[in-house]
Amino acid sequence: MQVNNNFEPVIVAFCCNWCSYAGADLSGTNRLNYPTNVKIIRVPCSCRVNPMFILRAFQKGADGVIICGCHPGDCHYTSGNYFTRRRITLLYSMLDFLGIERNRTRLEWVSAAEGAKFAATMQQFTEDVKKLGPNRRLEDLRCRKQ
Amino acid sequence: MQETMIKRAKELLADGTVSRVIGWKKGEFGYDSTPAVFETAEELDRDFVFDDFTASNVSKYLVKESRKDGKILAFLKPCDTYSFNQLIKEHRVIRENVYIIGIPGGPKLDVEKIKAKGITGILNKKNENYTLKIETLYGTETMMFYEAICGKCQDCKSKKHVIYDELIGEDGDVLDSSRFDMVEKLENMTAQERFDFWREQLSKCIRCNACRNVCPACTCEKCVFDNPKSGIENKAPSDSFEENMFHIIRAFHVAGRCTDCGECSRVCPQNIPLHLLNRKFIKDINELYGEYQAGADLTSKSPLTDYDTNDCEPSIVHERGVE
Repeated sequence: MQVNNNFEPVIVAFCCNWCSYAGADLSGTNRLNYPTNVKIIRVPCSCRVNPMFILRAFQKGADGVIICGCHPGDCHYTSGNYFTRRRITLLYSMLDFLGIERNRTRLEWVSAAEGAKFAATMQQFTEDVKKLGPNRRLEDLRCRKQ
Repeated sequence: MQETMIKRAKELLADGTVSRVIGWKKGEFGYDSTPAVFETAEELDRDFVFDDFTASNVSKYLVKESRKDGKILAFLKPCDTYSFNQLIKEHRVIRENVYIIGIPGGPKLDVEKIKAKGITGILNKKNENYTLKIETLYGTETMMFYEAICGKCQDCKSKKHVIYDELIGEDGDVLDSSRFDMVEKLENMTAQERFDFWREQLSKCIRCNACRNVCPACTCEKCVFDNPKSGIENKAPSDSFEENMFHIIRAFHVAGRCTDCGECSRVCPQNIPLHLLNRKFIKDINELYGEYQAGADLTSKSPLTDYDTNDCEPSIVHERGVE
């Protein structure tokens, strides 16, 4: 695919309220930069992310979706992120099976103390999605903005 | 076989063990039998049928039938017993209200495959030495038996009844079938090839919802696809995204609960290989979280309602196979 050098991807990041959202906040208070392409959606727990949310994000124009949650074992609700891990593994595997580019989806564990990790992860992910170009395989043409 | 079943059903109706029987009813033609409930011996004599075309799984009907008054007799093939077991596990059927007779399974025939050979006006068929003799309006035609076998029976996973009150015929074994071969073949393609394959298949979807309605695991009272706020209820897909989303979510909602009965592909009027999506989930679960057969027992936890602290990270699916 022809990659437009001016292409700025839209990244949707689902961040759990207790760890990753606080991690994003910390990276801000530490004055660390991360790309403005990232749009954060706060969820009570990474387990709240319904597979439909991810598909909807792609439908409405996201080029990449990343889910951030507490490290396994640190979930505020004890075991939410363990369920996330299984569920999202299967979903990503299915998206891969349907031929959707693998680098468009990611899951990363970011704690409230890892502001630097949050910024680095987002930079890396935005770079990867930029290389892939716009999401064409899982987009809804009716939602494309001209 | 059919006579034995009718005889036994009449006995159970006569002694009051059951008040109804669920089985298959003759259709207009010899091949279009449908699931039906019988209440009297006369109805059984007149309409009950069990032959090579009675492939449908009656387990799902028991969700509502087992809640009615009186006991119901159900004839279940091996693959249907898995679905029934799974429904018990999910508290969807009342086990005490169902009397199960295990009957031998397939291979069942797919009339579409016979019609695809250009054989029309089918009246009757006979199986002789692996050759199918089909009487039609225009004379007798023959074809190989294996060529007409229904897709779900080609990759039969088990001939064993996992639940029954009595058996007619012999119980079989769990088969070491090659049902994941096609999934593996797809996994070894490149992402572009996989994408093209699924676009070609899923773009045929007319959203008739037959795959959802027939699925014994899809028993929710309210369905996400009927939600008037979703924007996708009761309409044909108008964009490739909607086709993809429907099929991903449909398969995902039964992941870990799908017994691989193959009904989804059997009923698809567009012949989309929907079971491949379900099998992909089953294969992943087997590989990542240990062998699991939904419906094989009543106690094990479904993989998606369970976890292990040492589970693999999702990045594993991005590292294996072909990009």
